[in-house]
Amino acid sequence: MDSDQGFMQKIFYLHVPMAIVSLLGFVLGGVFGILHLRGNDRSHDLRSYVAIHLSLILGAGTLVTGSIWARASWGHWWVWDEPTLVSYLIVFLLYCCYQPLRFAIEDPERQARYASVFAITAGAFVPLNFLAVRLAQAYTHPRVLGATDNLPPRMALAFYVSLLAMALLYATLWRMEMAAKVTRSRLRALRRRLGDEVVLGRSAAPR
Amino acid sequence: MIAAVNPALPDNTGYVAAAYLVFLALVVVYVAIMAARISRMEEEVLRLDRLVPDDGDEDRGDE
Repeated sequence: MDSDQGFMQKIFYLHVPMAIVSLLGFVLGGVFGILHLRGNDRSHDLRSYVAIHLSLILGAGTLVTGSIWARASWGHWWVWDEPTLVSYLIVFLLYCCYQPLRFAIEDPERQARYASVFAITAGAFVPLNFLAVRLAQAYTHPRVLGATDNLPPRMALAFYVSLLAMALLYATLWRMEMAAKVTRSRLRALRRRLGDEVVLGRSAAPR
Repeated sequence: MIAAVNPALPDNTGYVAAAYLVFLALVVVYVAIMAARISRMEEEVLRLDRLVPDDGDEDRGDE
């Protein structure tokens, strides 16, 4: 990481772990999508949905914190000819289509199946996109991983601790949202069994 | 603004603070939404509990 960044470099302990964890979360969503299609277990669809949902939130954070850093470092909020930025935006916008896709399909079985196919396809696109960006010849965005001279040991330690903390935060929020979704679906089932009218807001979440 | 108050702080403190505040706001908003949902579910459980016919089994215990 650039030592000439000064105090502004502290943004990287937040921005880079958020970007890495969000991309891994998208891939995780694809893995759960595969498990859903293989075993036809709807709980994997729910896991995939929650993983992608959380990654989208972290993705929004990545874009905003990245823009703040770019403004401070480059004097621009956004640079369109920078492959790292544009490719991340493409991935983010791609996943923004995930929830509208779910909303567009009424039948829960079809919704789950199509969402899994989307999660797998887009999940495969994430590492390919990452590789393509790494192979790019011209870039101004700093490289944190794979360039050891950029990251002195003390900075590396702080960075890996931040990365671990972000991954743990993601895992905690994932578990919390999963628990809430499972409870909600059990409540729906209970209401149906009691013959109560189910009047809940429409949601893209798996039923 | 923070850097202006304390001259010992380096430049660009505002940008760093803004980035961390954005992250904090994201987490707080997310947790608040989840808390509201869980609280709605809690009310729903209570409502369903009232719907279930009470046959008095719970009061009798194991006697």
